[in-house]
Amino acid sequence: MNEFLFWVCLCAYLVGTILYVLYIFIQRKKLSLMGLVFLAFGFSCQSVYFILEYLEAGHFPIVNFQQSLSFFAWAIVGCYFLLQSKYNLRVLGSFVAPLAVVLMISSSLFPLSALPYKPTYRSVWLPAHVITVFLGNGIFAVAFVVSVMYLLQENTIKKKTLGFFFRRLPPLDRLDALNYGCLVIGFPLLSLGMITGSIYAQIGLGSYWRWDPMEVWSLITWFMYAALLHQRLTVGWQGRRAAIMSIVAFLVLLFTFLVAGTWMKGYHTYAIPEGLR
Amino acid sequence: MNIVLVGMNHQSAPVEIREKIASDQIGAEELLRKLSALSSVFECLFLSTCNRVETLIVSLEPKETVQEAVSLLFGDRDHDTKNWNDYLYVLEGHEAVRHLFRVSSSLDSMVMGEPQILGQLKDAYRFSVQHQCTGVVLNRLLHRAFFVAKRVRSETGIGSSAVSVSYAAVELAKKIFGDLTAKKVLLIGAGEMAELALRHLSRNGIKEIVVANRTLQRALDLASEFRGSAVTMEEIVMLLPSVDIVISSTGSRDYVLTHRDVQGLMRKRRNRPLFLIDIAVPRDIDPRINEMPNMYVYDIDELQSVVEVNVLERRQEALKGERIVKEETIKFEKWLETLDVVPTIKQLVEWAEHIRKAELDKTIPRLASLSSEQQLLAIDSMSSAIVKRLLHNPVQFLKQERKHEGNRQRDVDLTRRIFALNDYE
Repeated sequence: MNEFLFWVCLCAYLVGTILYVLYIFIQRKKLSLMGLVFLAFGFSCQSVYFILEYLEAGHFPIVNFQQSLSFFAWAIVGCYFLLQSKYNLRVLGSFVAPLAVVLMISSSLFPLSALPYKPTYRSVWLPAHVITVFLGNGIFAVAFVVSVMYLLQENTIKKKTLGFFFRRLPPLDRLDALNYGCLVIGFPLLSLGMITGSIYAQIGLGSYWRWDPMEVWSLITWFMYAALLHQRLTVGWQGRRAAIMSIVAFLVLLFTFLVAGTWMKGYHTYAIPEGLR
Repeated sequence: MNIVLVGMNHQSAPVEIREKIASDQIGAEELLRKLSALSSVFECLFLSTCNRVETLIVSLEPKETVQEAVSLLFGDRDHDTKNWNDYLYVLEGHEAVRHLFRVSSSLDSMVMGEPQILGQLKDAYRFSVQHQCTGVVLNRLLHRAFFVAKRVRSETGIGSSAVSVSYAAVELAKKIFGDLTAKKVLLIGAGEMAELALRHLSRNGIKEIVVANRTLQRALDLASEFRGSAVTMEEIVMLLPSVDIVISSTGSRDYVLTHRDVQGLMRKRRNRPLFLIDIAVPRDIDPRINEMPNMYVYDIDELQSVVEVNVLERRQEALKGERIVKEETIKFEKWLETLDVVPTIKQLVEWAEHIRKAELDKTIPRLASLSSEQQLLAIDSMSSAIVKRLLHNPVQFLKQERKHEGNRQRDVDLTRRIFALNDYE
């Protein structure tokens, strides 16, 4: 049942993405609406999937890499819904949805096997840590996408080519505002995620901070976003520079999640089948 | 019975001729009244804008009606009728339908894709409805025309890009700032072009306007018109940190804004973007400024090339629009054909026969006692007879011309609606 739900969700995201990508070419409102419906359906399936996983495992079910990837996708789609309802930027979906699909597909490449149970999984700090971190990640993923859109739009205006993207993408001002909005929401979430994480580490492993690669890289990511926020607030950074910084910071975040969390040795390291390491 | 369209547009008649019609119109009301008084005319509609005059008529005798309409339109003028004919087009049947669809979707407009024409056509239709000049055919035709316009607008990019320099500037400003309502504009030099761009911008809700000019008096005049303020040319650089859009159009030989003038400007602006529109020749604004972050400079040639690209694009999109118009014309023709008597009678009979058969099939298996072939045949022929008798009067009614008081379509349409023939097929 769980596995079936997972695949239904993946397919729904895939169809939604195709519709959204078609929307950017053909520009029919109906396509984006249908895309939204499919994403929403996939999102609900995935939510049910996590609940079932929780009931089956008896603890918060995001403990291995496969689950994290799929939870990341879930968080991105969820953040997109929140922002869509507030800003109503349909074309954003055309950029966000592919990201969620890529994550889901990579998640599907890993076996759906359960890990050996550890008693610390029952701690309330595990969901607190994972949920805050991934909501932050989801918001930053949207910020990343918005920044890419900003650079594309800015490029058409600067180069005076005004081609394909000029008409399809929203005004620079709105993109920048959205980027800033994401930063303002995402940064506290990331900070909270790190605090709850260290509390969880204290409970589970007996110390708040152990210079584990994941911890170190998370700290670097945190500093990058802190710097961006600082520059925006004090110097009034906006536009191109802020967009580039946001992209770089997200790439570091991805590195933290994908590389530091898997290929580098540490207690955070997700269990990955030997063959993949 | 036929749809005819008599009209002239910017292509068929020069502006002097169109002006005459537009200025001393006989009045739409009078025209509609006179046209609908003609015995051969069932329905009519009259559209007059500065670029076109169109008369749409549903008539029994198209040729006669056209002559009548032309003389009504232009009869009492100094040109004789023959002369007017050179500027007119007369379209019949599906040509007329296609033309109307092209007009409503702005494919026939002088500025292709301009949105006003649809509203004007809607007004003309409403006017015609109020004067009870429309019936089955025009009601359907006009609603189709509005639908086609909507389809063309949403399925092609015909109306989505600016095709004049000042519109292109506004479009760019909107893509940079999103909302223009809180923005401040600095106008350098008070030329005609600049004024036009300013007018477009202020229609999009600019918050504040400052005019700088060599002669302060002219600056004051223009500023007062837009309820703005005036400054001298020396104050321009001081204003740069606080304005969002600069439009420059002076006759100066050198740059009015140099690269040096904007050094360190972004820090003072806290990186808020600045859009500089240079419509002067020779140029007023150093193009190198465009390379600086968050500053965008467009000169007249660049705006012009944006417009040219857009015009080309519109032509491409218009091809798609023509295809939609063609499709919809065919659909409308099909519907119009159903209003003919013969297919309606045929459908009516088929429909009744269908019901008869279905009921027989349901009943016969239940009548087990009816064994002989003869008895079954008797039932069959009885049901046939009932159907025939029931349909006899409606069919005769449809067939006889004189019963329709000159409006057979209306009766055919009513028949079709009573028996729901449009749903049956």
